[in-house]
Amino acid sequence: MPRFRPWLSPLLPLALAVVACGGPFPQSTLRPRSDFAGAVDQLFTSIFWWAIIVFVVVEGLLCYAVIRYRHREGRPAPRPVHGHTALEIAWTLAPAVILVFIAVPTMRTIFATAGEAPPTALKVEVIGHQWWWEYRYPDLHIVTANELSLPVGRPVQVSITSADVIHSFWAPALGGKRDATPGYVTRIAFRPDSVGVYSGQCAEFCGASHANMRLRVLVLRDSAFQAWVRRQQAPAAAPPRGSLEARGRDVFAKSACIGCHTIDGVSKGIIGPTLSHVGGRATIAAGLFPNDSPHLARWIANAPSLKPGALMMQMPVAGADLTAVIAYLQSLK
Amino acid sequence: MTGSRGLRSWLTTTDHKRIGLLYFYTAFAFFLVGGLEALLIRAQLARPNGTVVGAETYNQLFTMHGTTMVFLALMPLSAAFFNYIVPLQIGARDVAFPRLNAFSYWVFLLGGLFLNASWIAGPVFRAGVLNVAPDAGWFGYANLTERQYSPGPNVDFWMLGLQILGVSSLAAGFNFIVTILNLRAPGMKMMRLPTFTWMTLVTQFLVITAFPVITVALVFLMFDRFFGAHFYVPQAGATPLLWQHLFWLFGHPEVYILILPAMGIVSEVLPTFSRKPLFGYTVVVYSGVLIGFMGWGVWSHHMFSVGLGPIADSVFSATTMLIAVPTGVKIFNWIATLWGGTIRGTTALHFAVGFIAMFIIGGLSGVTHASPPADLQQTDTYYVVAHIHYVLFGGTIFGLFAGIYYWWPKMTGRLLSEALGKLHFWLTFIGMNLAFFPMHLIGLLGMPRRIYTYAPDLGVSSLNLVSTIGALLIGVATLVFVVNLWRTRSHGAPAPNDPWGGATLEWAIPSPPPPYNFSVIPTVASRLPRWKTEHHDPMPDPPAAPPAPVHVPGGSWWPPVAALGLPVLALAPLTHHLWLAFLGVAIMLYGIYRWAFEPFEI
Repeated sequence: MPRFRPWLSPLLPLALAVVACGGPFPQSTLRPRSDFAGAVDQLFTSIFWWAIIVFVVVEGLLCYAVIRYRHREGRPAPRPVHGHTALEIAWTLAPAVILVFIAVPTMRTIFATAGEAPPTALKVEVIGHQWWWEYRYPDLHIVTANELSLPVGRPVQVSITSADVIHSFWAPALGGKRDATPGYVTRIAFRPDSVGVYSGQCAEFCGASHANMRLRVLVLRDSAFQAWVRRQQAPAAAPPRGSLEARGRDVFAKSACIGCHTIDGVSKGIIGPTLSHVGGRATIAAGLFPNDSPHLARWIANAPSLKPGALMMQMPVAGADLTAVIAYLQSLK
Repeated sequence: MTGSRGLRSWLTTTDHKRIGLLYFYTAFAFFLVGGLEALLIRAQLARPNGTVVGAETYNQLFTMHGTTMVFLALMPLSAAFFNYIVPLQIGARDVAFPRLNAFSYWVFLLGGLFLNASWIAGPVFRAGVLNVAPDAGWFGYANLTERQYSPGPNVDFWMLGLQILGVSSLAAGFNFIVTILNLRAPGMKMMRLPTFTWMTLVTQFLVITAFPVITVALVFLMFDRFFGAHFYVPQAGATPLLWQHLFWLFGHPEVYILILPAMGIVSEVLPTFSRKPLFGYTVVVYSGVLIGFMGWGVWSHHMFSVGLGPIADSVFSATTMLIAVPTGVKIFNWIATLWGGTIRGTTALHFAVGFIAMFIIGGLSGVTHASPPADLQQTDTYYVVAHIHYVLFGGTIFGLFAGIYYWWPKMTGRLLSEALGKLHFWLTFIGMNLAFFPMHLIGLLGMPRRIYTYAPDLGVSSLNLVSTIGALLIGVATLVFVVNLWRTRSHGAPAPNDPWGGATLEWAIPSPPPPYNFSVIPTVASRLPRWKTEHHDPMPDPPAAPPAPVHVPGGSWWPPVAALGLPVLALAPLTHHLWLAFLGVAIMLYGIYRWAFEPFEI
């Protein structure tokens, strides 16, 4: 008769850890790159080891009991034990004591990561939309989308809300997620400690393309961040008269594009992301595709085929007009 | 009218044993449907950028998988045992309200069919097939569920279906509370009740208090969607967070509604197969009651990412950690029950021990997200998916399978094959760990739940493939179980009254029991009536035949008729035909009227 062998199960995590090794894991929660993410990771690690200790002890007792007391011929009938008060008090207190060791650092971390940054912090407003992210820097008068640029080493105060349904803003390397709830402004605060590009995505189911609501956070050296700020604060590039880009701007201005998108000096739509500096972004469609000509062409022609449910309609722009629009958008650095 | 065979006898039955079997087969069929949905989900996620199904279909699959498993599979599988076993364990002839019991079953069946009809109802709404099933997640967060963001009939199916199912659960809840409190055999004091019956009682109190809460939430949603009310509309000054509070105020007790019956089953199986009384019966019972109370104080731990503020997060974190204490106590009591026993490794015992082993993992991952800062990295990721499956699959389903192998001989008179049973167990055990363990890592590596596609550079492709293989293995295991059930119908060894040497009353009577259950209602003198204890000799079995004929009430058509009114009524808002509402109410009132004035002494 095959016996129960759960002592093999601790080997499973080991095997999976081997499987999981290799690859850069751009969205891992286990590689904190900010004070917030670091505090969370530290807390999780300590709870994890408590859990491992409890797991080994309790599963060990269970396995021992199942093997040691299995039925064998000729064993006397067991004593009908109904309970043992001291023992039961002991194993009520033991988990309670362990929980104190988990609860105290938990409470400390809750208040330490309650979302309040010092007043000098860089202020960023995050607004969730179906299915993209709008970022506003109120003090810098910058509005952008999907790719959030931050300076390294400076505290950031993030205020989060939504324009439609509930989303959740999550860039794991920089900290825990926070829901974007319409009608509410919630806050997180963190200080990025390493330069890099960190990926994240919406973490609350928000409709058809929830899976396609991704984001990137670019943590830049201070000089690079200042350069980025200057580019964003500059007016949208005006193409030279007679150029391909100028034709693109004219096509854009005469198309339905202007109903949804803003380009400084050209259009004032607010339904879709601003395109004033879209050429400076590395990805389009909320982190889904590289910002290159083939993807832009497919996106403009038929966005819903690339992103189910996308509100952007199929645009009747083709041929030379399409090429011109793409050239124009790419010129908006 | 009361023939013992034929379709009609099943349609009109009020016998708790037959209703128990109906619950079992119906819920098991829904379990297979939910499992099929899970396999499609896993097929889509086996590779990055999966193309098995599209986004819209995928969103319907995970919504229906969750809704089906919680409301149409796990709860009614537990109900199968409440129905079949509880009256036998307390020495009763039936439940307190047999026709209400039949009504509960028919409402459940019709509600389940109503929900699943959404898979094929597309053409009725001028949409494609596979287009109108619910698609907003099993906890359907407002305001995504508002008409503005979910214009189709998808959410209507979900919200109306759940309201129908709530009626079934509430009716059953009251029925079992009255049954357990009032129909106990002489001498069956509360602290002599078998643990499974105790956990059933706690569960039913949770049902009758939790289901009104979700009903209120669903009625608000119904008013928003059909009559332009604004209960969850932020633009009108309301808040979508109201839904989250109401849903989880129901949703967390619901977790205990799902797990307590399984804990009760395990507390029956372990003593029988270790030949030792349950260690610390009183503590196990009281900790179950305590969990029932504490389950009401933890709902906002589903909402740590909402940003309720550090005070609320701390309070709900503390209450959540506290609930780990009575849960841990139960686990130690179960291990102590095994300790020093002579353990017979039956399939039922395998599943019961598997329950403990897997539930420990689910409990420990639960503690990691009882800590709000840690939870901010875990919630809404595959880490939570891993947790819920260790609790509800490793926990509830293992417990239910333990119950099936344990009580099947009592319910059908035939023993399930132990060899196939062991195969079923090991395939399930390996499959579930392959399927769900990697999800912890997948979540920690940053994959959110409820996404139909993921990029290869997320680095979780091979882990997802492992998980899919595990899910397939669970599918194979379930087929083995189906074969076992099928084979047992004709080839199973006939079961004696008591194949296992159980201590409780259900083992004192034939397998399957006669319609009247007990030829003579037994008088109970101890907590383990059929075992020899320090102070008591085993209770003598009731005589094979009743000394005088026992009157058994006949069947009734009116519970299924009354039940039929509910889905007809629900069709009215769904299809915007007012006359259907009048028809539904008329059917229901007619059924209730005839039921009320039915001479039951047929």
